[in-house]
Amino acid sequence: MQYICLIYNAEDNGPQPGTDEFGPYMQAYVDYTQEVQDAGVMVGGNALNPVATATTVSVRDGKTEVVDGPFAETKEQLGGYYILDCKDLDEALKYAAKIPDAKYGWVEVRPIMVFD
Amino acid sequence: MLPPVEVQTLVTRLIREDWGRILSSLVSSIGDYALAEDSLQDAVISALEVWPKQGAPRHPDAWMISVAKRKALDRLRRNATATRKEAELTLWLEQHQTDPENTPMLITDHRLELIFTCCHPALEEKSRVALTLRALGGLTTAEIARAFLDKTDAMAARLTRAKKKLRDAGIPFKLPEPEDLHDRTDAVLRVIYLIFNEGYQASDGQLTRGDLVAEAIRLGRILTGLLPDHAEVHGLLALMLLGESRRLARQGQGGAFIPLELQNRARWDRAKIAEGLALVETTLSMGRAGPYALQAAISAVHAQAPDFAATDWAQIVALYDVLYTRQPNPVLRINQAVALSYADSPEAGLTLLNSVEAEGKFARYQPFHACRADLLARLGRDRDAAESYRAAIALSDAPAQAAFLESRLHALNAP
Repeated sequence: MQYICLIYNAEDNGPQPGTDEFGPYMQAYVDYTQEVQDAGVMVGGNALNPVATATTVSVRDGKTEVVDGPFAETKEQLGGYYILDCKDLDEALKYAAKIPDAKYGWVEVRPIMVFD
Repeated sequence: MLPPVEVQTLVTRLIREDWGRILSSLVSSIGDYALAEDSLQDAVISALEVWPKQGAPRHPDAWMISVAKRKALDRLRRNATATRKEAELTLWLEQHQTDPENTPMLITDHRLELIFTCCHPALEEKSRVALTLRALGGLTTAEIARAFLDKTDAMAARLTRAKKKLRDAGIPFKLPEPEDLHDRTDAVLRVIYLIFNEGYQASDGQLTRGDLVAEAIRLGRILTGLLPDHAEVHGLLALMLLGESRRLARQGQGGAFIPLELQNRARWDRAKIAEGLALVETTLSMGRAGPYALQAAISAVHAQAPDFAATDWAQIVALYDVLYTRQPNPVLRINQAVALSYADSPEAGLTLLNSVEAEGKFARYQPFHACRADLLARLGRDRDAAESYRAAIALSDAPAQAAFLESRLHALNAP
């Protein structure tokens, strides 16, 4: 089964660029990505630019509306994701718990819907 | 041929005693929990129709499994929009049909996998409780709803959501990995203890609520059979048996609540106490005592005391200290304050109680005020005691508890 691990954190929470912790934090992501690749569970994943770069689009009655900012103005924002192919939820939760930001924020694990 | 009444009894007994074992075996072979449960329910309906006409089969449990597999196949075939997984299952079931009349089969017991699935931390806690009662206890949705004073529709919706999550989120039907076994077993014990407390603390005297206590004890017994090396499993069963041994004594006329102090100890259930005490010994001999074992040990001290005054309060105070190191929960200090008030003095108890008031955020916690009221009354500070009794009464959920506290309040010499 494929699961998406959505990484949520407040942007000012956790190691910040320019601090001593930031290097090891980025290295932890490199190591983690290597680990899921080696385990053969990595399907994909990306880090996202900060929420200040977000634009939200909606279409109502054929009219497109474009708004600056994220869909929901919450303190914690989606910062990145992994898509992992795991045998069950237990395995997905194990890998989710190893994502470096799980220590500072939250990782939401959602099964990806299968159409067949 | 069996008369209908006897068939009904046979089926009821089979569901009571064997539902979990049959269901777990089915889930393990067909994989899909919801389909297994629905198909087993279909098989039960068939049994009620067929057995009075043809007589009960020689192996009723094997019959249920054979018929449930056929019903599962029927259900899959009726479903026009089968997924690839369902198509594979249909094929498998076509090849694995057995004759219900004539197949003595070895039914492998997968109840442990089933209980770990039902108590999976990815499910909401109340859903874990409901699912465990449904899957392992064989209770109907209506019975579970009644026990939790919920509407049947709401409980049915909750169970449907939980079963959908089991399937769609890929919650596995398997034993936890060794490194998770400890935490996952704790989650199972917590569910069983929640079931017990839901029944135990209901002082409305409803029979269905009492059934929850019996159900929790039954699940506890099943678990001691399945996980005999896990000390806390025995500890929890001991704790429940010792609590339940006082059930008759803690209820007065009209369901009035009788505290330990005033209970007629001749009404304690000696058989349950003997079993509970033996289990406490077992669990304490298995190494470092966990929270359930320690709570059971405290309950055992009460069970062994011939009367309230003769209770070994010092021992109880000491056990609470050990328990606090395992579970640093300020609520424990309330119970310890009671024990200390008898082991030492009401002043000592009150000092301990006041020292945790802020930490425990006890302003709206009924047992805190009830305990303080009692200690103040024993110190002769009737005016302060009355104030605490009023606070406790206002916070009481159970009418029997409130009525008891009212009677204490009226006995005070205070305006």
